Order: sequence, then structure tokens, then C-alpha cells
Amino acid sequence: MHPAPSVIVFTVLSGLGFGFLAFLGLGALPGHGPWHFALWVLGYALAVGGLLASTFHLGNPQRAWRAFSQWRTSWLSREGCAAVVTLILLAPVALGDLLPLGDLRLLGLLGAAMSLVTIFTTSMIYAQLKTVPRWNHPVTPLLFLGYAIAGGSILSGEGRIAVVACLILFLVLAASWRIGDRRFAEVGQSIGSATGLGDLGKVRVFERGHTAGNYLLHEMMFVVGRKHADRLRIIALAFSTLVPAALVVLGGPHWPVVVLATLCHILGALAQRWLFFAQAEHVVGLYYGMR
Amino acid sequence: MTMLPGPTPKKLGLAIDLDTCVGCQACVTACKGWNDQGYGAPLSDQNPYGADPSGTFLNRVHSYEVQPADAPAQLVNFPRSCLHCESAPCVTVCPTGASYKRAEDGIVLVNEDACIGCGLCAWACPYGARELDPAAGVMKKCTLCVDRIYNDNLPEEDREPACVRTCPTNARHFGDFADPDSKVSRLAAERGGFALMPDLGTKPVNRYLPPRRKGAAEASPLAPLLDIRATGLAGWLDRVLGKI
Ligand code: SF4
Ligand code: SF4
Ligand code: SF4
Repeated sequence: MHPAPSVIVFTVLSGLGFGFLAFLGLGALPGHGPWHFALWVLGYALAVGGLLASTFHLGNPQRAWRAFSQWRTSWLSREGCAAVVTLILLAPVALGDLLPLGDLRLLGLLGAAMSLVTIFTTSMIYAQLKTVPRWNHPVTPLLFLGYAIAGGSILSGEGRIAVVACLILFLVLAASWRIGDRRFAEVGQSIGSATGLGDLGKVRVFERGHTAGNYLLHEMMFVVGRKHADRLRIIALAFSTLVPAALVVLGGPHWPVVVLATLCHILGALAQRWLFFAQAEHVVGLYYGMR
Repeated sequence: MTMLPGPTPKKLGLAIDLDTCVGCQACVTACKGWNDQGYGAPLSDQNPYGADPSGTFLNRVHSYEVQPADAPAQLVNFPRSCLHCESAPCVTVCPTGASYKRAEDGIVLVNEDACIGCGLCAWACPYGARELDPAAGVMKKCTLCVDRIYNDNLPEEDREPACVRTCPTNARHFGDFADPDSKVSRLAAERGGFALMPDLGTKPVNRYLPPRRKGAAEASPLAPLLDIRATGLAGWLDRVLGKI
């Protein structure tokens, strides 16, 4: 699949943002006043900025509001709705830093839960697609939730949780690649089943039907992105999990450490997300003899 | 509305004959021609006269070589367009309600005024039947020529999809698969029409009719004449050279 920068940035930033909002909602970083409120602003900026980035790849972004309408069947629509509900639920909790709004812990708890629900809906946009076997597996939601929790705990300076979350993410990442590399073969679609000619004999592409490129080739058979995959996997594994965990353990709860650990984590997440798209093979590639 | 309508009283679709299709691309051209001026945004081309042209099409014809274990290889031309699936995943994933399946005849369409061009429906389609038009920013797909098949302004014989009407070998047939006596249902039953990638659960309406099995080419009656035995000097040379 085509690793569109807007979608990579969207999933990384909004994942981190909603993860961070979940920790703030749960009462991590207790405090009051404008400086504490600034943390909420950061969380909202990441989450909303990510959502806005995702509209850059739309053909007609001015109609994006329509995407809230089909929550009964569409995970993409559910994601939009869940994101808005989360942001609305947590708004009073954030404002409680500036205004005397009373005890909002319950609302914070609800908002935190909805943050995770939002992450889950994002992951299901990919995990639901039977056409992309690598994504179509329960490990995909685990991966997105793992990233959100690890990123959120690192950014909120929850050292002990961050270390555990990073180690869990390490395992989930490794598992996602192990499982993912086998998925296409496991699902069992081939050029024979795609054309229905497999029962007659061995099928080979003779001519593609068009010499020029098209949307399908560009969007779903983006094979050039798979170069350097092994090196990117090591970068993703190290920077999104091991490096931030080590920084948190060695550096302690000081803000320069937190910032550095978060930046490392984001770098790793970007590498992981690039691979998530670039290495995902769509069954339509079978018609073109490509994967 | 992206809820699927459930079983539809009519199941309009195509039966595509892989035996008779000669891969002439006439249906590709007819489809592009008709849909360039009818339903919704035109099918745009990018850089059409430049070094790297591309464009939006609703129908593409591939060619495959099939090598049976015990017979000569066969060339099979393979038209690929929307199969108007009964359980269309492209419809349910759509966040805006732009993609829908018609309750009355099962045709899968895109309401281009509501489409945001997110491309998710094209990801959900296993058959590559949807292409996002880069100029209009909306999703394009086969409409089953809905603006022809019910069009009273056209002469009766033209009230079928452009690709079907134009095919010089009659490889594309249009009809109602819900009616067991329709031409397409009978063709599919007689010829063993099959669905593509049925395991993915999309329940395609369209059926492909398999290529008939061809026997090995018979030996030519002139074959004995090809076995020329040289005599005289040439024969002597042939024997000597053959031994070296
Ligand atoms: S062929 Fe593709 S676009 Fe057409 S109905 Fe089926 S899934 Fe949807
Ligand atoms: S591209 Fe248009 S029709 Fe397809 S899923 Fe997105 S909004 Fe729906
Ligand atoms: S039915 Fe119409 S829109 Fe569909 S492939 Fe044929 S000509 Fe194109």
C-alpha cells in the first residue's frame, strides 16, 4: 500500500495525542493552573493536528463533515465520531485547570476510556480489510493501542508504566512482523483464485492490459517503499521502544529527558508506520502479477 | 446509506465469456467513451500526450497465459470491472454514505456529491474495480451503465451497457442473475460460470465463463513432407557432418 505521508503523520500524531490525553484524563501529571493547562493544549494539538493531517489525502476535504454519518457500518466514520466525543468529554476536565469546575475525575476517566476506544476504531479501519491480509489480524489493534499507551506514558513522564509499556510494545511489534510476513500466504489467494483460472493450469501474466500507470498501481502496489525494510524494522524497534525506555530509566523524570524520549519514540513510530503501509500487500496486486 | 439492502429482487450484472474474449479492448474504450459524458464527473486523463500518461478507467482487460499440466498453453483475455457484489465491502466501509447498493436491482453506485475521496472503498474492493479520479477527487466505478439500461430515450437495442453493446465477439452479456431463466443465469449454469475470489465473502453477482478446453494442435497433413532426406553429395555431407 502507498505510504502516504499525511496518513503516516496522522496515525502517529493522533495516536500519541489520544494516548497522552488518556493519561491526562486518568490524572497523570496532577496539577493546576496555566502551565498544566498547556499540557492539555499539547494533547489536543497532537490529536486534532493528526486528524487534520488525515484530511490532506482526501479528494474533497470540504465535505469531510459527512464522514460522521455512517457509524453504523463504517469504522472510519466511527473513528471520527469517537474522536469528537473524546475531545468533548475531556474539554471540561482540561478547563478545570483554569476554572473552578469541581471534581471532574469521573469525566476524566470516561474521556480516557474513549481515547482508547478512538485508537481502537483507527486500528479497525485497517484491521477490517480482508483485501490486505497483513492488516487483517487482531495484532493490528494491539499494535495501535500499544503505541498509544507507550507514547502517552512516555510523554506524561509515567516512568514505570512507560518502561513496561515499551517492553510490551517491543513484543507486539516483533509479533506483528512475524505474523504479518506469513499472512498473505496464510489467506491463500493467488493469481489462480483471482482470475478463477487456477483450476485449468498455471496462470502467468501475459499482458497487464495497460502500459501506463493507474490509481491501483500507485495506491495498492507501491513496491518501491519496501527497500531497506530490514534496517527500518531495527530503527522502529529500537527507537519506539528500547531507546525511550532506557532514557526514562537512566534519565529520571526530568522534562528534557521526557522530551528526548518522546522524540525518539515518534521517530521509531514513523519508521514503523512507513513499513506498516509499504509492506502491506493488497490482493488486487495478483491481477498484475505483483504484490 | 452504507447499510447493505439485503437480498435484492433483481441482481443485475454481467456474464463475461473468457472463451470468446479476444482482448481487443473495445469494451475499455466504449466504457470510457460513454462514462466520460454521462453519469457524474468525467473520467479524466493525466498528462495524456506526455511521457507518462495515465487515466481513470472503469473496465480494464488483462491477458493471462494458462499452462495446463497436460495440454498446450492457452492465452486468456480477462476483462475486469465491478462485480456488483451482494455483500459489497466497498459499501459498508464508506464513511459518508456516498457508496451504496441499490435495493431495487443491486447496482453498486457512488453518489459523487457526497464522496470525500478518502479511497477506503477502493482499498476494500479485492478486484481493483474502483479508481479515484485525480481531477475530480471522487471515486469512480462501473455504474452498470445505469444511465443506458433504463434510458427510454435510447433505442431499445441500446438499452444495455456500453461494453456489452460494443463487444465484437459477444463476450459480455448483461442480465438479471436473480431470474434463473435469464440469458445470463442460463449461460452461467450451462458453462460453469464462476465468481472471483469467493473465499473473501464478497458474493459477486458477475460470473465469468471459463475458457473451453482446447486439445493439442493436430499434426499438419504436410508434416511428412517436412522430413526431407537429402541424397547424393548433400546426403553424404549430412551424414559426415552429423558424425563429427
Ligand atoms: S467488485 Fe469491488 S467495487 Fe464492485 S461491488 Fe464488489 S467490492 Fe464493490
Ligand atoms: S472514496 Fe468516496 S465512496 Fe469511497 S469510501 Fe471514501 S467517501 Fe465513500
Ligand atoms: S457496464 Fe458500463 S460502466 Fe460498467 S464496465 Fe460496462 S461500460 Fe463500463
